[in-house]
Amino acid sequence: MEKTMNLTLKVWRQKNAATDGQFVEYPLKDVSEDSSFLEMLDILNEELVEQGKEPVAFDHDCREGICGTCSMTINGTAHGPQRATTACQLHMRHFHDGQTITIEPWRAKPFPVMKDLIVDRTPFDRIMQAGGFITGRAGSAVEANAMPIPKGTADYAMDAAACIGCGACVAACPNASAMLFTAAKVAHMNSLPQGKPEKDRRALAMVTTMDGEGFGGCTNIGECEAVCPKEISLDMIAQLNRDYAAAQVKSFFKAV
Amino acid sequence: MSSPFCNFIRSTIGRKILMALTGLVLVLFVMGHMLGNLQIFLGAEVINAYAYQLHYELPTAALWGIRLFLLACVAVHIWAAVSLTLDNKRARPDSYAAEKPVQATYASRTMRISGVILLAFIIFHIAHYTARVVPGMQYEEPGVLSPTEVPLVKGGEMVLKDGQPVMTFNVNDMMVAGFQVWWVSAFYIIATGLLCMHLAHGVSSMFQTVGLRNKIWRKRLDLVALAYGWVVFIGFAVIPLAVLTGLLQMDPTGGLGEEVAAITETIQK
Repeated sequence: MEKTMNLTLKVWRQKNAATDGQFVEYPLKDVSEDSSFLEMLDILNEELVEQGKEPVAFDHDCREGICGTCSMTINGTAHGPQRATTACQLHMRHFHDGQTITIEPWRAKPFPVMKDLIVDRTPFDRIMQAGGFITGRAGSAVEANAMPIPKGTADYAMDAAACIGCGACVAACPNASAMLFTAAKVAHMNSLPQGKPEKDRRALAMVTTMDGEGFGGCTNIGECEAVCPKEISLDMIAQLNRDYAAAQVKSFFKAV
Repeated sequence: MSSPFCNFIRSTIGRKILMALTGLVLVLFVMGHMLGNLQIFLGAEVINAYAYQLHYELPTAALWGIRLFLLACVAVHIWAAVSLTLDNKRARPDSYAAEKPVQATYASRTMRISGVILLAFIIFHIAHYTARVVPGMQYEEPGVLSPTEVPLVKGGEMVLKDGQPVMTFNVNDMMVAGFQVWWVSAFYIIATGLLCMHLAHGVSSMFQTVGLRNKIWRKRLDLVALAYGWVVFIGFAVIPLAVLTGLLQMDPTGGLGEEVAAITETIQK
């Protein structure tokens, strides 16, 4: 038989970016343990709509853990208690009957709350625009095997490219640092032959933009790695530090 | 303000690299300082001769050069920490209602507070034993520590210059007298305990900041950092403990002991 649970939800409600928000408590009955966290919020919203109240706004898109749109801090942990899992892939079986669940938006100065649980993550787009690309001629694609890439390198780049840019790293960081995100993007492109020619420029530009957007610095505590739904490793941050330092040294001594 | 160096120290990573490099200097200094201190267990004459070597055999310019370099490292380390902390607080003004760390260690989350207490300790420590200006602890007042000057001993023999024994400051008695004050000892032990915590995160963290760490080395370096922290803590804390338990005693002869008696006898004859 399907198990159900009664919950108390403590949800952050905020009209828009200009107003202050506050927590509002909602009791929710008979939630199936097989429903996902977002389905549980859908049930809440249906009830709220029936009661003529404003539904809780939250970001979501693919609901299969690959797009990085869902973004909420559940009981103080970005994407909730399940490791390597986005909020949309989190199921209610990880909670228990009678539990109070606190749901908050990402908290970071560069990610202002737009409404309820929705934050503005466009600073990530600007970091990408600064260097998260390779400069290549558009048109017919190069033959895939024309450029041999060792398996280890390809795997490493793939691990880095797994970053879905959800912003959980920023949300979990007590300094709201975007180092894990930026590092994943830099590590992805800097380790592949296609990205290598622009390695230094990329590291410098992306870090400058990251700092300029108002993200904090890394204190190497590892909370980002622990909440990352794609398990992006701190090794990527070490590589970013290394690539950035090398690029800086080269720029000190470049021919003038 | 847009030279490569300015860009470097304005960036978060640049300031962190400065923090890591100055941290490395201080980490190595702390180990050297601890090994130097531990010579007190080899006898008053050994630690006194070591202090004499640092103060008078080393050229004064070199001594001050090293001191100023270390102070500059402390200053840069603190400047980087303060400026990054201010940026970090600006980046994350609000905390979560249900704020709780997933895995971050206590040491890593308390670097700022352990750092601030360590700064207070360093100031006290320099005033206490280097400048010797802490009221009631100048160690030169009669009765507190006398005589403060003892003959310099090397290889079991008094060092003579123009037929006269070379005199040196009795560091042994200064340390023992200092640590006989219980709250001074307590402060030193607590501060070196905090240093242990600060290093348990810092020593591994500095490798990450300069990019010399990966999953495998992270585990190893975390262990190295913890071990380093404990070694430093034990190496420093054992001296006030030995004084409080009476293991280390004042020695107004500066380690000469019986020899002083013999010399006095010879002079009397």
